[in-house]
Amino acid sequence: MTDWFLQQLINGLALGAIYALIALGYTMVYGVLRFINFAHSDVMMLGAFAAFYLTPPVAGMLGEQSVWTALVVILLSAAICAVIGMTIEFLAYRPLRKRPRLTVLITAIGVSLFIEFTGQHEKVFGAATKSFPKLLPSRDIVIGALHLSSNDIVVLVLTAVLLAAMWFIVQRTKIGMAMRAVSYNEQAAALMGVNVNGIISFTFGLGSALAAVAGIFYAMRAPGIDPLMGIQPGLRAFIAAVLGGIGNLPGAALGGIVLGLLETFFGGMPGLSNYRDGIAFAILILILLFRPAGLLGKLQTEKV
Amino acid sequence: MRGREKLFLLLGIIAAIGLSFASGAFNRYYLGIVIDVGINIILAVSLNLINGHTGQFSLGHAGFMAVGGYVAAKLTLVCGASAWIFLPALLLGGGVAALAGLAVGVPSLRLRGDYLAIVTLGFGEIIRVIFQTSEFFGAATGLTGITRLTTFGWAWGLAAVTVYVVACLVNSTYGRGFIAVHDDEIAASAMGINPVRYKVTAFVIGAFFAGIAGGLYAHHKGVLTPSGFDFIKSIEIVVMVILGGMGRTVGVILAAVILTILPELLRGVAEYRMIIYSLLIIGLMLTRPQGLFTFGKK
Repeated sequence: MTDWFLQQLINGLALGAIYALIALGYTMVYGVLRFINFAHSDVMMLGAFAAFYLTPPVAGMLGEQSVWTALVVILLSAAICAVIGMTIEFLAYRPLRKRPRLTVLITAIGVSLFIEFTGQHEKVFGAATKSFPKLLPSRDIVIGALHLSSNDIVVLVLTAVLLAAMWFIVQRTKIGMAMRAVSYNEQAAALMGVNVNGIISFTFGLGSALAAVAGIFYAMRAPGIDPLMGIQPGLRAFIAAVLGGIGNLPGAALGGIVLGLLETFFGGMPGLSNYRDGIAFAILILILLFRPAGLLGKLQTEKV
Repeated sequence: MRGREKLFLLLGIIAAIGLSFASGAFNRYYLGIVIDVGINIILAVSLNLINGHTGQFSLGHAGFMAVGGYVAAKLTLVCGASAWIFLPALLLGGGVAALAGLAVGVPSLRLRGDYLAIVTLGFGEIIRVIFQTSEFFGAATGLTGITRLTTFGWAWGLAAVTVYVVACLVNSTYGRGFIAVHDDEIAASAMGINPVRYKVTAFVIGAFFAGIAGGLYAHHKGVLTPSGFDFIKSIEIVVMVILGGMGRTVGVILAAVILTILPELLRGVAEYRMIIYSLLIIGLMLTRPQGLFTFGKK
């Protein structure tokens, strides 16, 4: 029983860490622009595909399944996705900055569908599932009845490092201060000399880079990758962001971990596994009903 | 005004039933598409009541459609298919969908904008998961062998009823409340309108007609699978409403007609269909967020 518990705990933490990475992107974009970037989950998918195509040539130069190959592939994929995220913001969202939020939301759905269906076209990625190359030498660590994959531990450690880095950027650097200022009051920030467009662009880039890393980690644990792989983890991560309090960085991390754990534990119970897909949404509905500001968020009253 | 609308309704139903008798003369393929158009008009006009007139962005319409479709199909499968059981089956499907609308509406309508969109999306997914796991409704394979009872007359007759009911409702004294809630919720509640009641009413009525459309769909295609009612299906209906112009009944009907026929015309480039679709949404939002068929005043 304790073995089962520990096993689920590790699995849940690894899954939750990935949700947390994606949720950070949602929450940062929500913080500065106040809208849900539906295309975020597709940027994550693009990150996994970037790694899929980059791994063979990089491995040719730096060796198969070496730490350096993994690092270079992850960094390059993150850079590619950062550029993609900034481009999406520039082309699709920036012209709509002053429009109603619903218009931007519908556009975001449009962008998301565009990436998914373009990706499914046979001349791009194709709809079939592809097996993801082994980036790192993976080893099963067996402690008693526990089976730990070394990849899960790498994912956990790297996520913790990235979360700390995010916290540092937002709280301790000048550009982070500008991000917080834009989030608090865009106009006042502009009057104080903050380059609002630049900051929003940077936020999208940062969020998309995190999404790319999350996409690679997700692909490492999943049986394969396909152009629609982002949808389910993307929705879960969004729910995680809401659970933690949208716009709140530690909240997104906490929400991701909590959601990953709940899903793994409920999904692991006999008789409930079929309903695994519904659990996240049930949590979302409960949290919005009883604590709409999320676990760590502050409730804002609407002014007339 | 009211007399004219009634006349339209009567003419619509008579024309639908009249043409239905002659439907044997048409090509089966074309007839199928025309019935699809009728069903999609019901879906788009009913969603327009929620999304357009009342301004509550819902992404779960396919879920209500699924409820109506499954309930109606199960009834005709169990009780035997005949024209006499068809209308009660459709109404029952619509009724259960309306209950689902109530169940979704009451808790989630305290939310606004993008939160509401996500919650309705979530409810739509939960409904799909329930059908997918329920052995009673055929689990992942769904229901097969449903008798094809939907005729031209049923689809277009009920489409006429839907348009009539929604138009009359919105143009009535009571229905002005929907538009008031859409325009400014706080001002509306200051005027003594209860926004939550209006939103729930819109959800229940919209879900009812979506359920009817689901029943028609089930008895048109002959099979139901849970994967047919996913997020993409909801988006397709939403796009009809956006393209037609939120809250514009005529525009939405036009959009439903065009968006049903267009994919059939684009068969040759079917692989690009959804790409074109998504570019259409983005382009529309950037250039004409008010919709394509919005001429003159509301």
